[in-house]
Amino acid sequence: MTDFTLWDIVRNLMLAGRWTVVLSLIAFTGGAIVGLVLTLARMGGLKPIRWLIRLYVDLFQGTPLLMQLFLAYFGAAVLGFDVSAWTAASVALTLFTSAFLCDIWRGCVEAVPSGQWQASRVLGLNYLQSMRHVILPQALRLAVPPTVGFSVQVIKGTALASVIGFVELTKAGTMLNNAAFAPFTIFALVALGYFILCYPLSRYARHLEKKLYGAGIR
Amino acid sequence: MALVSVKDLHKSFGELEVLKGIDLEVETGEVVAIIGRSGSGKSTLLRCLNQLERHDWGTIHLAGQRLDGAAMSPGELSQNVGMVFQSFNLFPHKTVIENVMLAPVVVKQTSKAAARRIAEEVLDKVGMLEKVDAYPAQLSGGQQQRVAIARALAMNPKVLLCDEVTSALDPELVGEVLRVLEHLAAEGMTLILVTHEMKFARDVSHRVVFMHQGRIHESGDPQTLFSQPKTPELSQFIASVL
Repeated sequence: MTDFTLWDIVRNLMLAGRWTVVLSLIAFTGGAIVGLVLTLARMGGLKPIRWLIRLYVDLFQGTPLLMQLFLAYFGAAVLGFDVSAWTAASVALTLFTSAFLCDIWRGCVEAVPSGQWQASRVLGLNYLQSMRHVILPQALRLAVPPTVGFSVQVIKGTALASVIGFVELTKAGTMLNNAAFAPFTIFALVALGYFILCYPLSRYARHLEKKLYGAGIR
Repeated sequence: MALVSVKDLHKSFGELEVLKGIDLEVETGEVVAIIGRSGSGKSTLLRCLNQLERHDWGTIHLAGQRLDGAAMSPGELSQNVGMVFQSFNLFPHKTVIENVMLAPVVVKQTSKAAARRIAEEVLDKVGMLEKVDAYPAQLSGGQQQRVAIARALAMNPKVLLCDEVTSALDPELVGEVLRVLEHLAAEGMTLILVTHEMKFARDVSHRVVFMHQGRIHESGDPQTLFSQPKTPELSQFIASVL
């Protein structure tokens, strides 16, 4: 049995940590794009569309991310699609993220006081003009802190991709532990890895929140 | 022909009938104050006049043109009827001048330069020209409300609706807003105000309309109405507010 130095462990975890970052970026970017489309469709759309989107949001919010990953990976295989762990993890995390962002952003649009709609309406702005010039700019400012905050959940969510064989930080930790048998050291380092990724984002979200309320936007 | 002509206006919210047949005519240049207890339907009446609320029955004409139903687009409506709210409703992410310029640029498609001239003119009228680059949050309530009046005036409406525009203000800020309205009235602007400022109603308006339980209970020139109320409801109301 080869001996693992601490540096070996750290180096391997850092290499695997890159994939945690990449997967997080994919999930967040993809989730933001899908989430934005869903948010706009949900606000302006017809009743059946709104209902379908709500069902979508409820489904992803009401089931564990782990099951969503299993379904994306094993479910697709059962249906005859040969999906890699990469694809399955990217798709599942993207959909999961989009559902949550759609809900967060809908809340932000609804948080803009109704007086703003009324004021733009009596000034003669139609729905799209009101959205573009009055509602969305305000909703966007409201949305930044919770969105940044949610990105922390996405990063931690990627840990679950380890169960379908995707080698990211957590999976690398498990594999290293199987060889080196130093669970406390290894998993403490894994946890530290997540903390290093998440803490700045949490801080940033808090900072944005303070700035937002300091600016007097109600 | 009256500038604003309301005939047999009815409006219910669910089971609750808020307006039970309102007839009202307002001439060009007239200042009409609508008074009454809360729940008497006065704000609803005002909000029907610019179709923020859709009434159930009756008609509203403006300068002989029907404005209710789908007869006028929001764009057209905004160039006929302006409105100022109790809670100002300025756009917090836009500066004073951007607030005022938005509708002329977006709705009327006025050029930015022309819209700026219009905005400066109306802001000067309300005494807010030196604050063009401030954000609403940096202004006092009275200043915000004056900007809101300017914003409405920038669309050059034929009639300006004021919905309890001083109710959200600290007492010492009420005067500056009322002075602006008084000035507009003196210039010949047609004003329909829902107000709790009885002194203002008495001194500035040409006609006072007392609403009670969804109907116009009494109306007339302010001097007579306040000194010799004909109905017990109005006497009681006057006694309670003066």
